[in-house]
Amino acid sequence: MKTPIYLDNHATTRVDPRVVEAMLPHFTEDFGNAASRNHAFGWVAEEAVEQAREQVAALIGAGAKEVVFTSGATESDNAALVGVAEFYKEKGDHIITATIEHKAVLDTCQMLEQRGFRVTYLEVDEKGSIDLEQLEAAITDKTTLISLMAANNEIGTLHPLKEIGAIARKHGVLFHCDATQGVGHQKIDVEEMNIDLASYTAHKIYGPKGIGALYVRRRKPRVRITPIIYGGGHERGIRSGTLNVPGIVGFGKAAELMLADGPTENQRIRALRDRLREGITREIDFVYLNGHAEFRHPGNLNLSFAFVEGESMLMGIDDIAVSSGSACTSASLEPSYVLRALGVGDDLAHSSIRFGVGRFNTEEEIDHTIRRVVETVSRLRDMSPLYELAQEGVDIKSIQWNAH
Amino acid sequence: MAYSKKVIDHYNNPRNVGSLDKQDDSVGTGLVGAPECGDVMKLQIRVEDDHIVDAKFKTFGCGSAIASSSLATEWVKGKTLDEAMEIRNVDIVEELSLPPVKIHCSVLAEDAIKTAINDYKSKHGQAG
Ligand SMILES: Cc1ncc(COP(=O)(O)O)c(C=O)c1O
Repeated sequence: MKTPIYLDNHATTRVDPRVVEAMLPHFTEDFGNAASRNHAFGWVAEEAVEQAREQVAALIGAGAKEVVFTSGATESDNAALVGVAEFYKEKGDHIITATIEHKAVLDTCQMLEQRGFRVTYLEVDEKGSIDLEQLEAAITDKTTLISLMAANNEIGTLHPLKEIGAIARKHGVLFHCDATQGVGHQKIDVEEMNIDLASYTAHKIYGPKGIGALYVRRRKPRVRITPIIYGGGHERGIRSGTLNVPGIVGFGKAAELMLADGPTENQRIRALRDRLREGITREIDFVYLNGHAEFRHPGNLNLSFAFVEGESMLMGIDDIAVSSGSACTSASLEPSYVLRALGVGDDLAHSSIRFGVGRFNTEEEIDHTIRRVVETVSRLRDMSPLYELAQEGVDIKSIQWNAH
Repeated sequence: MAYSKKVIDHYNNPRNVGSLDKQDDSVGTGLVGAPECGDVMKLQIRVEDDHIVDAKFKTFGCGSAIASSSLATEWVKGKTLDEAMEIRNVDIVEELSLPPVKIHCSVLAEDAIKTAINDYKSKHGQAG
């Protein structure tokens, strides 16, 4: 077993060697510009792009013509939200999203608010689930778009896409889904779920960074978006810019592998994730699961280790790559807004660790991680004044702390 | 973020972890910070003849918070109360090479020292 162990597969994933292999020729011999219409270099590139487009579309049950390549899910989210808001602004000025969406959605919504659009941010319950009745009640005749993600990148909770899609359709509102963490890890079918726009990215499914896709429905209804990037008119004018052919080919291969292996792979990943959770909670107490226990991304485990601060945990398990919702690990000095939205207290948010199990993890790595986590939590609790107080039976909430 | 060697050393080998009996007349206790802010330090001193003869700490917080309090216990030992009162957070920052975002850890450690000394003094009828 090699260390460090990578258990941060929601941040990014290792590129699958089969993906790398598919990409390589497009750096060397087949380096053409897919927009070059009058020589073989261009034709080869274009053919590779169109094959990849089929593969990327198939992953979500879409048609190839409905997929626009972007630089990643951040751009796709921006393009979907701004594009729909602008194109349909005569119809309405209202967007509905949720408080736990990715910043690529939330910050774009904030910008749109500054431009005069109105945004409703649905609250979530303690598991990260929205209330479908609240969603429906929030829709007005000015609502043009609902944007809700497939799987949450921090806590793994899934939004009920089929139910959301049905509500959106019933009210004639478009449904954008940030499917970045969901694709390949759960069933996503744009027809069955009435998804009108979807964002996803290669680097979360063992493809390269810097290449993403935006699905834009072409039939029933035909969705139009105002572009956010202008230039040579690539991608039917929706997204100008020379196509990243090696990236696109890699994305296609990654999607193909996911489509073929996803179902069995996810079972294996879920079993490893459950082994990790059980192994940890069997050995230590005061460990809390953040997010939904069942309705959850198969590789996601988000735990709060009470009385232990997250960054000090990361320092202790330094041969394991994970991430924390602690303020200390972010630039903002605020703990995770997602955990806050769930009503997890700031103290437990500071104590949270996100494990992301993926394709390349092994049982041996999981068992090693369990040992290291248990050791580190025990050691840090031995030096935690909060643990000591809890052992003495003092309720930590009863103490008058000096917030600083 | 990369940690300095000294922070890592204190984190891996914290000095003086533990607790003293806070009811004991010769012990002063400082409990500072707040769980919701992500750091709480408890620093305790045992005083004999105006000298700090022992110090213990427990900290909930990041590596820099642990290192700052560990260093604080090292530094106060052997000092008189007045000398310990002179320890400033900037000295801790310098010793541990703390980056700007971690300065609050050193401030907390300075606070913990002062609070512990004042607790001892108030037990002995001296104004804090
Ligand atoms: C839910 C979600 N949306 C969007 C993004 C952004 O993706 P990209 O890195 O491709 O811009 C991420 C990745 O961090 C994500 O997890």
